Amino acid sequence: MKFRTVPCLLLAGVLLAGGAHADEAAHITASHGWIRILPGNLPAGAYVTLTNHGDKPAVLQGASSPAYGEVMLHKSSTEGGVSRMSMVKALNVPAHGTVRLAPGGYHLMLMKAGHPIEPGNFVRMTLRFRDGSHLVSNFIARPANAVDAGD
Amino acid sequence: MKLRYWLRPTLWLIPMTVGLLLGACHRAEPLPFRLTNVTGHMPKLEFTLTNDEGKTVSASDYRGKVVLLYFGYTHCPDVCPLTLAHLHVVMQRLGKLAEGARILFVTVDPGRDTPSVLHGYVKAFDSHAIGLTGSPRDIEALVKRYRASFTREPSSSDGNYEVSHSSAIYVFDRLGNPRVLSTPADSQDDLVHDLHLLLSHGASR
Repeated sequence: MKFRTVPCLLLAGVLLAGGAHADEAAHITASHGWIRILPGNLPAGAYVTLTNHGDKPAVLQGASSPAYGEVMLHKSSTEGGVSRMSMVKALNVPAHGTVRLAPGGYHLMLMKAGHPIEPGNFVRMTLRFRDGSHLVSNFIARPANAVDAGD
Repeated sequence: MKLRYWLRPTLWLIPMTVGLLLGACHRAEPLPFRLTNVTGHMPKLEFTLTNDEGKTVSASDYRGKVVLLYFGYTHCPDVCPLTLAHLHVVMQRLGKLAEGARILFVTVDPGRDTPSVLHGYVKAFDSHAIGLTGSPRDIEALVKRYRASFTREPSSSDGNYEVSHSSAIYVFDRLGNPRVLSTPADSQDDLVHDLHLLLSHGASR
């Protein structure tokens, strides 16, 4: 029994410590998550609306998904008639505020899909915040010519 | 007598009105576009490229169609799909008139965008879309012809790279004359409006 109790206590301690320090994600809700599926193995864009119900700002720093080898936080911009994309290290979600990752602006770029994803499938995405907390959300796969989550 | 004096100064209006009416029959009023009118400010559509079925095509193959020209690339996950998805909605809104239109998606990344990659890509958006590729020189010539631009950004460690590119859609009439320019800031309603004008008039306008 003793040998089993020690790791259990250790695990509980780690979880508690994590809970005490990592709470940005706990105040965030993710809605309208969707992925624009492109043919072949082309990189796809993913979009979601993040709402912070907490009194403190939360900072999104990245994401991951079991369905994709690589996920990057990006921003598209159009200046002087030229469209370009840039990496984003941190995206602030203000206290009691909402941030939309939407086509033509902030988005997650999904690369190296492990297997083909069909429109209508749900894909698990884990959003990572500055304090190390995580938020798991299911994104719906939509056809290439979709303009939104369709919900 | 009083009446005649009153009428005399207005008599010249009659031939003038008739003249204006006759003139209007000979020379059409310019189409009331809502987007940026570029009529006469850019050269006619000219190119020789390879379509997404691997065939050599030139601008003359699309005479008789209203052409929407857009520069992009398939490894672009956000802006290019957004533009093409919007154009798909525009085509749906035009209904049967859309048969007279073609979306020409010219890649600025011919190294990765082969005809077959382009074929799968454009057809995922709209049946009126055609992917075009070619030699870097031919693509650059077309880009420069319309004062557009593109820049290949530095590659990441895994060899992936982005391409910054002009965001405008160039709209040509059935004769290949440039007519309007649509930018991401313009409304979809205005593009539908202007395409409606071009599609519902004969080839001469």
